[in-house]
Amino acid sequence: MPLRAACALAENLTLYPRDDVLEQEALKQIAAWSTQFTSLVSLSFPQAVLLEVGGSLSMFGSADKLLNEIRDGLGELGYQVMVAIAPTPLAALWLARADRVEIVEQTALLASMLGDLPLSHLRLGEKQLRSLEGMGLQFLADLVRLPRDGLTRRLGKDLVLLLDRALGRAPDPQKPYVPPHRFRSRLLLPAEADNVEALLFAMRRMLAELGGMLLGCGGGVQELSIQLIHRDEQADRDEKDVTHIDLKLSALSRDPEHLVVVLRERLERVTLEAPVIEIGMAADTILPLASHPRDLFAGKGEGEQDWQSLLERLRARLGEEAVHGLRQVAEHRPERAWNSAAVGDSGRNTRTPVFATRPLWLLDEPVPLVTNDEGRPRFHGSLQLDPDRERIESGWWDGDDVARDYFVARNTRGLRLWVYRELRDQRRWYLHGIFG
Amino acid sequence: MNLDTLVQRADIWRGGGSPSENITGISTGLSQLDALLPGGGWPRGALTEILIPDEGVGELSLVMPALARLSCASRWLAWVAPPHIPYAPALVSAGVDLSRVMVVRPRSGADGLWAVEQTLRAGTCGAVLAWLTTADTGVMRRLQLAAETGNSWGVLFRPQRMAGQASPAALRLKLEPTSRGLAVHVLKRRGGWATGPIYIEKDHALAGSAFPPSAARGVQSGHGFQ
Repeated sequence: MPLRAACALAENLTLYPRDDVLEQEALKQIAAWSTQFTSLVSLSFPQAVLLEVGGSLSMFGSADKLLNEIRDGLGELGYQVMVAIAPTPLAALWLARADRVEIVEQTALLASMLGDLPLSHLRLGEKQLRSLEGMGLQFLADLVRLPRDGLTRRLGKDLVLLLDRALGRAPDPQKPYVPPHRFRSRLLLPAEADNVEALLFAMRRMLAELGGMLLGCGGGVQELSIQLIHRDEQADRDEKDVTHIDLKLSALSRDPEHLVVVLRERLERVTLEAPVIEIGMAADTILPLASHPRDLFAGKGEGEQDWQSLLERLRARLGEEAVHGLRQVAEHRPERAWNSAAVGDSGRNTRTPVFATRPLWLLDEPVPLVTNDEGRPRFHGSLQLDPDRERIESGWWDGDDVARDYFVARNTRGLRLWVYRELRDQRRWYLHGIFG
Repeated sequence: MNLDTLVQRADIWRGGGSPSENITGISTGLSQLDALLPGGGWPRGALTEILIPDEGVGELSLVMPALARLSCASRWLAWVAPPHIPYAPALVSAGVDLSRVMVVRPRSGADGLWAVEQTLRAGTCGAVLAWLTTADTGVMRRLQLAAETGNSWGVLFRPQRMAGQASPAALRLKLEPTSRGLAVHVLKRRGGWATGPIYIEKDHALAGSAFPPSAARGVQSGHGFQ
């Protein structure tokens, strides 16, 4: 429909110029995503991607299943596609364009299956097409029926070669497309998004794209940077407001579902200054991720994955430092005899002493205790000290030396406490731990 | 109709008997306490509420044998919002495998509840210990469901004044230091009534005792308490 007619029909039509560069980018991204199905993907500009699936069919069971998977997958990425499978690239391309017969598996059947395709689907030159029409030819079958030498003389070698390639009589090698080893994607949102769900909906697409590409190259990502580009409040500025989000995972991943979950927690902590109109996503470092994504034995090692995913969710919402493990340190000063560690790493290899009496709770800072008239320490009532004392004198070498006598004490409320007395200065009493 | 056929019926509930023989709990390491609990131990896939008058009356020592056993079986132990530092040397001497310990320090009460629910639901944590400041009955129900989903043992340490609040937890214990030792009152348990206190001797030395982790693995019910 011409532009004028469209504008006359719909008054409030918003016009967007067609962007060739963006279209090409989209095609490349589809090609990168498709590498999960086959190692041989090639681009056929302006609007087709060719996959060599002969070797992959047995893996997916049947051509039908493969086709469905590709169509559904691209649907999730937000593309409307027409797909077809045929023994030659050209035949597949033409069938897809015609959007009719979807699967032809035998070369012998090609001529008859392609026969009723209108010649316009061949994307011939304007002049060639007109002269064919002038000869009364409408369908491919009409063309195939003509004698070869006459056809060559009248319309040139190229057309005959084209037919030969389409029908599998001549080889038709394709130039493979090798996607770059990094991920870049931009998505213009059809409507402004100002809440997590809307953003996630859009990002889900981009992550599916990323997932497909990672599956194809056998890689995973550990870091993902995301830009949320905001609506410009002041139109006169060149610079747009952008919120940057850096997502760090604790392990390599390529599972879009997992990434969505982690991203959700992360996004809930982000305050948006203005509605988002565009999203950018980039992963510069793609590392090999050894696993078998389409493995028969999926589910193996699932526990470890669940664990990683829990850890990431917690970190995404609470912050990196809010989740940690514990480690014992070979050190006599009680406050230094432990350390926080990476979760799962307890430094088990280091030899650590086993102490006789240590409380389950250590206080962040020793609490000074008041004493009664007889000089006995009090904590919610006067303390009764066990007769055994443990003297800890250590650390003179790093200037943070301690000299203390530790006691187990009990107060009137039945708490068992770990208290110490400084052996220097004021000889004050402190509470350092609770036996719990 | 005789008695045998009557008790076979699914809708007949027998008081006093242990209703779910097939569910085994996590042994508490205390034979007296195991005897009181359905399944002979702490309930898996459910919440346990431990009500205490003060922090440190002995609530951690009470759960420590079960934690040691879980961690040695490679199950994770999550500590959510602990009031103080869980002291690594003491955990080690109680037999806990530190490489299975995860400490979560949320900044707010809401984050804390969320973290407890996530860890319970994930199904990878053997036990989730939590010190929550606020949790009404609705929240508790959510947590109980999460524990069921993840088949995780959720332990909530709460102040004694919460005893009056209705709770969906499968097990509620109240601890009370007395001159005879730590009194453990069972306020609620599955398939049984609340029951009077058992006393754990004052100087039970599990938490502070020096036995190496390898020995702790072999601890049998009742060791160190009788």
